[in-house]
Amino acid sequence: MGSPLRREEVAHVAKLARLSLSEDELELFTEQLGQVLEHANDMSSLDLKDVEPTAHPFGLINVVRDDVVRASLERNAVLSQAPDTQDDRFAVPRIMGEAP
Amino acid sequence: MKSAQQTALDVQGGTSSALEELERALSVVRERNDELNVFLHVDQDGARALASTIDERVARGEYVGPLAGVPIAIKDNLCQVGIPTTCSSRILEGWRPPYNATVIDRLITAGAVPIGKTNLDEFAMGSSTENSAFGPTRNPLDPTRVPGGSSGGSAAAVAADMTPISLGSDTGGSIRQPAALCGLIGMKPTYGLVSRYGLIAFASSLDQIGPFAKNAMDAALLLEVIAGHDPMDSTSLPEPSPSLATHVNSGVVGQRVGLVRELIEGADEDVESAVVRARSALEEAGAKVVELSIPEFRLGLSAYYLIAPAEASSNLARFDGVRYGNRVDAEDVTAMMEATRTAGFGAEVKRRIMLGTYALSAGYFDAYYGQALKVRTQMIAAFRRAYEQVDLLLGATTPSVAFEFGSKTSNPMSMYLSDVFTIPTNLAGEPAVSVPFGTGEAGLPIGVQLLGPARSEGRLFAAARVLEIADGRP
Amino acid sequence: MTLPNGWEMVVGLEVHTELKTATKMFCGCANSFGAEANTNICPVCLGLPGALPVLNRRAVDLAMAIGMALHSTIAPSTFHRKNYFYPDMPKDFQISQYDLPINSGGYLDLPDGSRVSIERAHLEEDTGKSTHLGGSGRIHGADRSLVDYNRSGVPLVEIVSGPDIRSSAQARAYASELRAILIATSASDGRMEEGSMRIDANVSVRQRGEPFGTRCEIKNLNSLRSLQRAIDHEALRQVELIEEGGVVRQETRHWDENQGETSTMRTKEEAEDYRYFREPDLVDLAPDQQWQDRVRAAQPVLPAQRRRELVSRLVDATEAQLDAVGVVIDLNLEPFVHAAIDDGVEAPLAIARAANELAAGIDDIERLSQEAFSLTLQMEQRGELSATQAKSVLGELLSQGGDPGDIVRSKGFVQLSSDSLGATVEQLIEEHRDEWSRYCDGDDKLAQFFVGLVMKATKGQANGKSVIAELQSRR
Ligand SMILES: [Mg+2]
Ligand SMILES: [Zn+2]
Repeated sequence: MGSPLRREEVAHVAKLARLSLSEDELELFTEQLGQVLEHANDMSSLDLKDVEPTAHPFGLINVVRDDVVRASLERNAVLSQAPDTQDDRFAVPRIMGEAP
Repeated sequence: MKSAQQTALDVQGGTSSALEELERALSVVRERNDELNVFLHVDQDGARALASTIDERVARGEYVGPLAGVPIAIKDNLCQVGIPTTCSSRILEGWRPPYNATVIDRLITAGAVPIGKTNLDEFAMGSSTENSAFGPTRNPLDPTRVPGGSSGGSAAAVAADMTPISLGSDTGGSIRQPAALCGLIGMKPTYGLVSRYGLIAFASSLDQIGPFAKNAMDAALLLEVIAGHDPMDSTSLPEPSPSLATHVNSGVVGQRVGLVRELIEGADEDVESAVVRARSALEEAGAKVVELSIPEFRLGLSAYYLIAPAEASSNLARFDGVRYGNRVDAEDVTAMMEATRTAGFGAEVKRRIMLGTYALSAGYFDAYYGQALKVRTQMIAAFRRAYEQVDLLLGATTPSVAFEFGSKTSNPMSMYLSDVFTIPTNLAGEPAVSVPFGTGEAGLPIGVQLLGPARSEGRLFAAARVLEIADGRP
Repeated sequence: MTLPNGWEMVVGLEVHTELKTATKMFCGCANSFGAEANTNICPVCLGLPGALPVLNRRAVDLAMAIGMALHSTIAPSTFHRKNYFYPDMPKDFQISQYDLPINSGGYLDLPDGSRVSIERAHLEEDTGKSTHLGGSGRIHGADRSLVDYNRSGVPLVEIVSGPDIRSSAQARAYASELRAILIATSASDGRMEEGSMRIDANVSVRQRGEPFGTRCEIKNLNSLRSLQRAIDHEALRQVELIEEGGVVRQETRHWDENQGETSTMRTKEEAEDYRYFREPDLVDLAPDQQWQDRVRAAQPVLPAQRRRELVSRLVDATEAQLDAVGVVIDLNLEPFVHAAIDDGVEAPLAIARAANELAAGIDDIERLSQEAFSLTLQMEQRGELSATQAKSVLGELLSQGGDPGDIVRSKGFVQLSSDSLGATVEQLIEEHRDEWSRYCDGDDKLAQFFVGLVMKATKGQANGKSVIAELQSRR
């Protein structure tokens, strides 16, 4: 039985997730992810039309905090952890397009 | 080895000192860490400074706390100021958090002495601690075998008598399964009982921090210290820490226990017979055990392996080479992020990110992630129905005793099956504990699992203590 | 602008407004504009591993206040993660509301009587800010970018209108009315130039009565002027494209203020797959009646109502007077105006002085009492001060404070006596006999000519009304 996944789908997902895969990895992942999805077929046959999804185990509501300023981090402590900085900012190579 | 409870009493009472206890722990670490690869980082200086402060306070006659001078090992997915925190991933190598996880603050307030960070499966994804960028941890009871995972380092630290207690995190069994494989007690508390602030997220709606110990009392003491509402975690339960240590010796008289068929199905024979013996032990102690079936448990694995990766794919997006951690340079920012993540993450992490991204992506959401959330609803309802009949559930923690290195690495699905008995609890947000009970193949320990409804930790520790006694442990 | 050949534009606006809270949406860092780079950052808003969000109650209050002002339904809501990689977004996802927003439905009535429906007004977090180095300083052609996360996690409300807007002028009126409401409810300071209010416009065109056409989204319009220009330009572009036999593609377009045109940013095929899912680190938000009532009780009178009250004090308001009323409302100056009118000052004068002189000195407005404003205008109306003098007194009151009477004395603003004014008028009539006789023959426009001469001769010391009185007595 073939994998429920196509190679191109795996390649697309890798791009969405900002991962680059070699041809071999693509092959392997297509097969391995396919196995997990096949296992998940035991769910797809269930009729759960009328079942509400649960994203979270308990139904807490309205957890809020007061609008009171707390100390921020010391700038240098943060910047010293960054791969590249300039002018007290985090530096990155050129950005190809505007934010979506 | 001396228990955490006794250590604290000795330190507070002046018959021992925090420094003495710390040096003893450090000497075991020096002796065995090269072989076992338990600690990724040992903070000798910080721990010594903390221990001296505790000793000074004791000398001044101050009460230090319930864990006065107790050395503790910390899973390396918990943030501690200035201490390298890696999640066993190359991508975070060298990162030193500028803030403490809430549990670290609470440990220090209670007088505990964190001595260092323990190895884990990268980003807590795995069941053997083989998926660490810094090499696997070996099981102290048999170094040819895995200690379980993902909290393998924290389990091994206690099993090797480096520290009497340690902290792990459990998303699908990552405390209970290594506890079983290393002969320890390990608990996944009720979701929200322990603050997740400062726990590097794997799957936010499933993750919980919990204790490893050699006995129920130590585990209860440790959980009491770290539990209780935290305003920094919106999912933290709105109540103070429960008293647990007082319940440890309450016994199980009159408790109704359900032996769940699905929690022994497919387990090795030695594991299954240990569960059957545990059943007798509980009955002898006054519990009433019935057999029941919860078929929904069979769907746990499928739901879990969509929900957890989906959340993980989003939680791990932030590792992009911009603000912290490592970067692989490239021409433009997108290429940089891709190169950074490709070089920084190991195969299992990539696999789960891919799976989760796929499950959430347009066109597949309803069929996979959406369906898994509905199965989660079914799972919660199934637990609720079970707890209308019984007070606790009983089963195996994991299908087999500690396995050999490499035996499950080639087939992810076979590794995932290690968590088949532990996953349902995480989906429901409920607590469960693994208790060592007898030995199996090659004389290795077997873990028996007790499950209870939300906030039933006290009841679980009491039942665990009954099994400890029956198993001939002090 | 009207579109040619029976074409009609269909516009819907998405307005993002930063909320005026003390702290950010999910952490205790200060929400302040213009701080030194990366000084208002913490584990939460920097997306450090392990950090968790906790919702700011005040942000919820303000979101509800906006919803109430827009007649929206406040309902239980949830937060989702909108996943995409971008360097100014620390977690590489944005926490936003998706299928269950806090406010849904509603409408906004515009001063011209038209009504624009509101689809939703939901809470979300802002991103950090990038500066681009090399090239022209814009994103394209830059070699490198620098990111400041001070703005990251600042609370936003995104207000989405229905596709009910039919002209760029109406779009502008909608945006400015919405802005007035945001300011009045203290939800936002509405400063478009600082980016605290940003607008995206969805534009399509159709022949009147036909179904909607394909729309394009124009991103990040940061002034009312750009909004209006961009919509006109985009609608015209679509009309021309269709009339030339082309087809409008659904896409996101960028407005270039300098070139005055829009250009393709992203086509529908390149659109991100955001993989929305419930934010597991936050719980549901379901403000109960008590919470809602508390917010409702604190709601101010809204601009539309205040405008109606002020306009009712004018007789047949002119376009210019209506504009002045808008300024007075925007700047919360109507207490001054109402007080002066109650003291007998004519409404047009009170509104004009507030919309001009007080607006110009708005930063110092605390120095000025309603009484001082009213007294100054009364002196002007009685002819004791010329317009120029009255303006000067108001300026002084705003910059230095004090008492109008003292300022008048210290500046030597003694009104010309009617004798000396009479003499000046006599002399100017002698010098301009032609104009005088035409004025006497009924050419009223020449009154202004003589007023101008008198003002020039007296260096602005004369009061215009007194001059006209002098002229009329000699006519
Ligand atoms: Mg938005
Ligand atoms: Zn912050």
